[in-house]
Amino acid sequence: MSLRLFECTAHQIKAKILSKEIRASDFIKIVFDRIKSLEPNIQAFITINEDEAIKKAIEIDKKIESNENVGLLAGLPVAVKDNICTKNLYTTCASKILETFIPPYDAFVVKRLREEDAIIVGKTNLDEFAMGSSTENSGLKITRNPWNLECVPGGSSGGSAAAVAADLSILALGSETGGSVRQPAALCGVVGIKPTYGRVSRYGLVAFGSSLDQVGTVSKDVRDAALLLRVIAGYDLHDSTSANVPVPDYLDRIDSGVDGLRIGIPKEYFTDAFNADVYKALKDALKIYERLGAQVVDISLPHTEYAVAVYYIVANAEASSNLARYDGVRYGYRTSKPNGIIDMYCRTRSEGFGNEVKRRIMLGNYVLSSGYYDAYYLKASKVRNLIKIDFDVAFEKVDCIICPTSPVPAFKIGERANNPLEMYLSDIYTIPANLAGIPGISIPCGFSKEGLPIGMQILGKHFEEKKLLQIAYAFERETDFHVKKPVLKISSM
Amino acid sequence: MTYEVVIGLETHAELATITKLFCGCSTKFGVEPNTQVCPVCLAMPGVLPVMNKKAFEYALKAAIALNCKIDEFTNFDRKSYYYPDLPKNYQISQNYHNMGIDGYMDISVNGTISRIRIHNVHLEEEAGKLIHPEEVGADYSLVDFNRAGVPLLEIVSYPDMRRVDEVESYMQTLRKILLYTEVSDCKMQEGSLRFEASISLRKKGVDRLGNRVEIKNLNSMKSVLKAIEYETMRQRDVLDRGETVDRETRLWDEVNEKSARMRSKEESQDYRYFPEPDLLPVLIDEKWLRAIKDTIPELPLIRRQRFIETFALSDYDASLLIDEKILADFFEECVKILNRPKSFCNWITNDLLREVKDRKLDIYHLKIKPKQLAALVEIIEKGTISSTIAKEVFSEMIQTGKDPKTVVEEKKLVQISDEGLIEEIIIKIISSNPDAIEDYKKGKKNALTFLVGQVMKETKGKANPKIVNEMLMKKVGV
Ligand SMILES: [Zn+2]
Repeated sequence: MSLRLFECTAHQIKAKILSKEIRASDFIKIVFDRIKSLEPNIQAFITINEDEAIKKAIEIDKKIESNENVGLLAGLPVAVKDNICTKNLYTTCASKILETFIPPYDAFVVKRLREEDAIIVGKTNLDEFAMGSSTENSGLKITRNPWNLECVPGGSSGGSAAAVAADLSILALGSETGGSVRQPAALCGVVGIKPTYGRVSRYGLVAFGSSLDQVGTVSKDVRDAALLLRVIAGYDLHDSTSANVPVPDYLDRIDSGVDGLRIGIPKEYFTDAFNADVYKALKDALKIYERLGAQVVDISLPHTEYAVAVYYIVANAEASSNLARYDGVRYGYRTSKPNGIIDMYCRTRSEGFGNEVKRRIMLGNYVLSSGYYDAYYLKASKVRNLIKIDFDVAFEKVDCIICPTSPVPAFKIGERANNPLEMYLSDIYTIPANLAGIPGISIPCGFSKEGLPIGMQILGKHFEEKKLLQIAYAFERETDFHVKKPVLKISSM
Repeated sequence: MTYEVVIGLETHAELATITKLFCGCSTKFGVEPNTQVCPVCLAMPGVLPVMNKKAFEYALKAAIALNCKIDEFTNFDRKSYYYPDLPKNYQISQNYHNMGIDGYMDISVNGTISRIRIHNVHLEEEAGKLIHPEEVGADYSLVDFNRAGVPLLEIVSYPDMRRVDEVESYMQTLRKILLYTEVSDCKMQEGSLRFEASISLRKKGVDRLGNRVEIKNLNSMKSVLKAIEYETMRQRDVLDRGETVDRETRLWDEVNEKSARMRSKEESQDYRYFPEPDLLPVLIDEKWLRAIKDTIPELPLIRRQRFIETFALSDYDASLLIDEKILADFFEECVKILNRPKSFCNWITNDLLREVKDRKLDIYHLKIKPKQLAALVEIIEKGTISSTIAKEVFSEMIQTGKDPKTVVEEKKLVQISDEGLIEEIIIKIISSNPDAIEDYKKGKKNALTFLVGQVMKETKGKANPKIVNEMLMKKVGV
């Protein structure tokens, strides 16, 4: 069966555009037609950027026609998570408090997309301020999983993952604080990378947990992920925590294989806590790696059990402070007719933030308050360091660690909404990498009995994204999970 | 009952960098509201701070000059509180690791030196400014963020001061150190130097400190001293009545010279400090520390001592000179050109300061240069102009920046020492003042002074007074 154009990967489309087989402006129209026909069901986008996208596509066509140099992403549609600032384009964080906010500047990663001639198709839905694992906490809309519209797409980058899975965009940017790219990628059957902390500039990514946040990629396959990561990675003077480490060409020697590599399996992760289908998919995947010449080794990450607790202290503490600026004074939502400044603060924030955000602000303020700081924040920071050391020790023995991305496939919308603790636990496999600052990639590795995608993640040492991509590509080449498409009914907008 | 007054000061000084602490915005004072702002200092979503290295080095320099211990590791912390002039609703400051701790500063009160310990010196960011509309019943306030993010140094003293004269000397000495190290312009009228006092009273001989009251809104050094005096009286009254002083923060009302409670200790804020994750810790190595140390000039108290010893100046004169670094520098420049310290000291501490005061000149941007003052002193010594004329020349120089020779030529102020010319004038004066001659002959000595005055008037002050005197005495036959 030949692919419909919108089903193509970035590499396939790029080749067609560069060889003038199709014009960028014609392709972008196909993408917007697709968006119009499916968006009413999926609800992946908060803002659709059609006019600007078409203008940009025409510019790129002109460049190509006159044989000018074009960027690495020439003509490729990219959806951007709506907590990443785009100049003159709404950036809402899926929050009522920023519903009308239009940034006066581009995030570093957005600037990079523009420099490489990408086309920003729109801004995607998320859990409000990226706080959640299902995109149900969006203050603006509910995004549905393209594989089953009754199910969540995961989160918080649920809009980006759903958009790529439903072929509403070829590429997308997401962001992670505790698995928010890898988990929705797994639940939507696409590829998601969480780079090393510091690999990608956070400038313009609306802060949630500053010491954990990182922009990541969502794509249809591993090679596309390598292409997009190369564009957004790199040192940025505007982010003191971005690393001045050279960015390699991640596509170069991506087919190096895994012969002789040692893959670590953390015994703490393989408990009966997770779904049988997920367990089987993982076991099968490891068999493939062994067949390809890799050695599977048991390892231990002894402080794993503390990861979720540590994460919710550190992330919420930072969030409570990062979200203090939404006060109605300078931009965004302001309550009407406030009675003095305290009333303005209270009502603006009470009316502007959703429940999950409020819950986390309160938790964060609590753990930082005088008398509790040592017992919570300081202790959590120390345990966080132990978790980092766990990984350092493990990587002395193995080249990478493989484990499920999520303990379960996509769950039903509303199923967990009233149980925040259960929801928090769904990030159990992704959170440790954020705490340790190491990179991770989630790739499709199977389907559940219900036909829902299952993802596995590969974790590596700091700045070893290239190795992770090689390991991921070795598996992808041997399997066809990534090319399977959800069956989607077209409805009119 | 006699009490001992225990006083500590917190000082805020804006650092003299040309850009803000975490963004590239200008720190220029007094421009249109909200014209020196950007996404970073307005705390737009997604922005990040980047440390201004110069500001960091200025803070480090001040900490060294205040004899602080400098830890190799420094970090920044977020201090959380909500106020509309604070864009992020947290201030990037230092709490767990200060720039410097446990320093000291020597102060001199009536020639006695005492040592005031410094608890810590740390770097933080300035807030914006609230503007309350003057119209009655206005239901809004405006915010100007031009100052938001300007680097601010906080210097916290131990409660080592006991009297207002110590407090005054502390403030003056600290100001001088900040000016000498050139880390702040210390313009109190522009708010770039501000003080907060904490005061407690205890019975003489008691070790334990009494309940401390903090006083804010002190807009000048005079307010600080007045507020301390007021607070001392207030607390004494409370204690004398057998009551206890509440731990609280009070606001000074400059107009009524009173303070009023702002908040009690119970209402005090929980700042929820935690390490700023957007900035990396800074490691200060030996080499860097030494390089900064090398930029610290001779500090005021030491300089004063040197002036006394090297230039044989009085304690009073030396103190006046070192009071403003720029004047002490001016003085030293002059002495380098012409070795007349006493003369330059007089010119600077008398004439120059008077002109500055009368004409409201900015001593940081004086038009007159040291080599011009040296040239003036030189032509006085040569007799080209009299010292009376010199004052007129100096006044012109300080206003226009012209060389003394130019002024003398333009105004034709060259001293008349030509005896023939002076004789002519004397003859004329004598003939037109016969009464004065009579008086003089009758023994009224001041008649001669009158005649000298007439000659000087006739020559518009240009006649050499020594020659006039001698010749007049000869003429009237003494
Ligand atoms: Zn700025």
